Amino acid sequence: MIEKALTGSRKYWTWIFILLVIITAGVYAYAQQLTQGLVVTGMSRDVSWGVYIAQLTFMVGVAASAVMLVLPYYLHDYKKFGKIVILGEFLAVSAVICCMMFVIVDMGKPMRVFNMFFYPTFNSVLFWDATVLTVYMALNIFCGWVVLQAEAKQVAPPKWIKPFIYLSIPWAVSIHTVTAFLYAGLPGRHFWLTAILAPRFLASAFAAGPALLILLCLLLRKVAKFDAGDEAIQKLGTIVTYAALVNFFFIGLELFTSFYSNIPGHMHTFQYLFSGIHGHNALVPWFWTSMLLGAFAVLLLIFPNNRKKMGVLAVACGSIFISLWIDKGICLIIGGFVPTPLEHIMEYSVGGYEILVTLGIYAIGALVLTLLYKTAISIKQEAAK
Amino acid sequence: MDENRRDFLKKAGVGSLVGLGVVSAIGVVAQNEGNASTPSESNASGKRLGMVIDTTKCKEGCTKCQEICHSIHNVPDFKLSNDSPDLKHEIKWIWKEKFHNTFPSKSDQFTSGNLKQKNFLVLCNHCKDAPCVRVCPTQATFKRPDGIVLMDFHRCIGCRFCMAACPYGSRSFNWMDPREENNEKLVGGIDIDGSFPTRERGVVEKCNLCAERLAKNLKPACVEICPEGALTFGDLNDPNSEIRSILKSNNTIQRKSELGTGPSVFYIV
Repeated sequence: MIEKALTGSRKYWTWIFILLVIITAGVYAYAQQLTQGLVVTGMSRDVSWGVYIAQLTFMVGVAASAVMLVLPYYLHDYKKFGKIVILGEFLAVSAVICCMMFVIVDMGKPMRVFNMFFYPTFNSVLFWDATVLTVYMALNIFCGWVVLQAEAKQVAPPKWIKPFIYLSIPWAVSIHTVTAFLYAGLPGRHFWLTAILAPRFLASAFAAGPALLILLCLLLRKVAKFDAGDEAIQKLGTIVTYAALVNFFFIGLELFTSFYSNIPGHMHTFQYLFSGIHGHNALVPWFWTSMLLGAFAVLLLIFPNNRKKMGVLAVACGSIFISLWIDKGICLIIGGFVPTPLEHIMEYSVGGYEILVTLGIYAIGALVLTLLYKTAISIKQEAAK
Repeated sequence: MDENRRDFLKKAGVGSLVGLGVVSAIGVVAQNEGNASTPSESNASGKRLGMVIDTTKCKEGCTKCQEICHSIHNVPDFKLSNDSPDLKHEIKWIWKEKFHNTFPSKSDQFTSGNLKQKNFLVLCNHCKDAPCVRVCPTQATFKRPDGIVLMDFHRCIGCRFCMAACPYGSRSFNWMDPREENNEKLVGGIDIDGSFPTRERGVVEKCNLCAERLAKNLKPACVEICPEGALTFGDLNDPNSEIRSILKSNNTIQRKSELGTGPSVFYIV
């Protein structure tokens, strides 16, 4: 089946080539980081996690969002998603691959990564995060591939695959919950020490992931002549709308608890994000961009007539995706380190190599996604003939 | 009728048993009421090594303990190109901070000028329930039976989860090579003390309460060198120890004790 990914138009190969160029730049930057140390990044003693771990957090959400297709299709028999469930599953696979690479490039000693499994430590959330992510990736590639194989042979998928598909549903919730627990269980990091972190992660994931899927569906319509179906896209739009509303509701809850209680530690990071503290305001423009884009997208999305216009839907999805990427992929993780536990302000500014490594990883993710989508769509188009 | 009566008696019996249980439970709770908000110091078994810092004796401007600690443990001193200290990548095991940075949760609105100006020694608290130990995915950070929180530099994968977890900022990461011959940023350099290993880049490190000296029946270097005798080291679980008698006769505070970490470093302020 994968051989389908090895034939394609000139445009297809140009796209692959562009990705390979970005990947090469990323590999070069990573080689620099490996030889010089993580000093080449913008991280410091005080902001000890930066964009790598923030991207991990964001991409776990994208991965988990596959459940928004799998659940309606397999549990509620919502047939319209039949054509695109595989797109969700394969998006999850490439997103998890990105997550794993982001963990590894963030490590000071990546060659010792297997120590996590040589000395399994059940009280460490990181151990569980690595475990649930690996299993989730396996589940998605397995379920997606088996169903696709059946489609290629024009037979019904085998019955024994169902339990694995059903398992992948709670598993999707688990990966983002465990990822939230990485942060939510740390004493002395007030910004993250909130029981609502996991639900907030899930809400933003179920908005950002399906928003990306809508954009991908619209793109595939153009470049691959693959029609996901208007109704399926509209349904995804509804999911994005509700999830985005819930996400902003949760942020509102955080703001209420912090500012009504008036406890300094709970307000500090929000103050840093909203207006800066003592003139330190590196994240303020990012945060406001995220909030305003998010508000703009929600205002577009809540009117069903807007959503029905594909152009408007695309703009709204793009806005909400960027808004949530900034929120999780920058502000939430990096902001959580400001101020430091000793209440100093140390700011973070991303390093050049750090950006290249990050782009390289996303390019690898895009490459995996391209190959998987090309395979899936070729098979679907052949089956349709 | 009889059936109902028997039922009633049964229920009444069960009810009173439950009632008794509740009453005795309340009794238990009532006894422990005083400990509801702070971690209790009960269940003292075995050793728990710790320290008392008498900040009234600690001299302003004196850095002897910092110097000896960083020198015997080969802690590097990174400089920026303009020769100022590289604060983003610095490695420190013991250093000084202002009152409101050392004790951010204590009020400093009307603290005496003396307290406001003063600098306080900070180091790893070797917590009783250390968050860094809890989060480490490889047990590279672990707690010894005597209470010291130690690092295995060979097992650490450099994920820095412990740095996010430590509420005291006591942990440092080797962002670059700490050995002079491999790193031109180490101008001035350090004399490598062969009795303690240097680290590689990519691992976390912190105060080890001089575990290597304790093995030779020596006190921690900072305690030994302090000319004012401001630092007292000992077993917090031994009621007859010097440290316990100091704790008994002085008012002491711990850093962020409200987090339930059980810091083993106490401050007389």
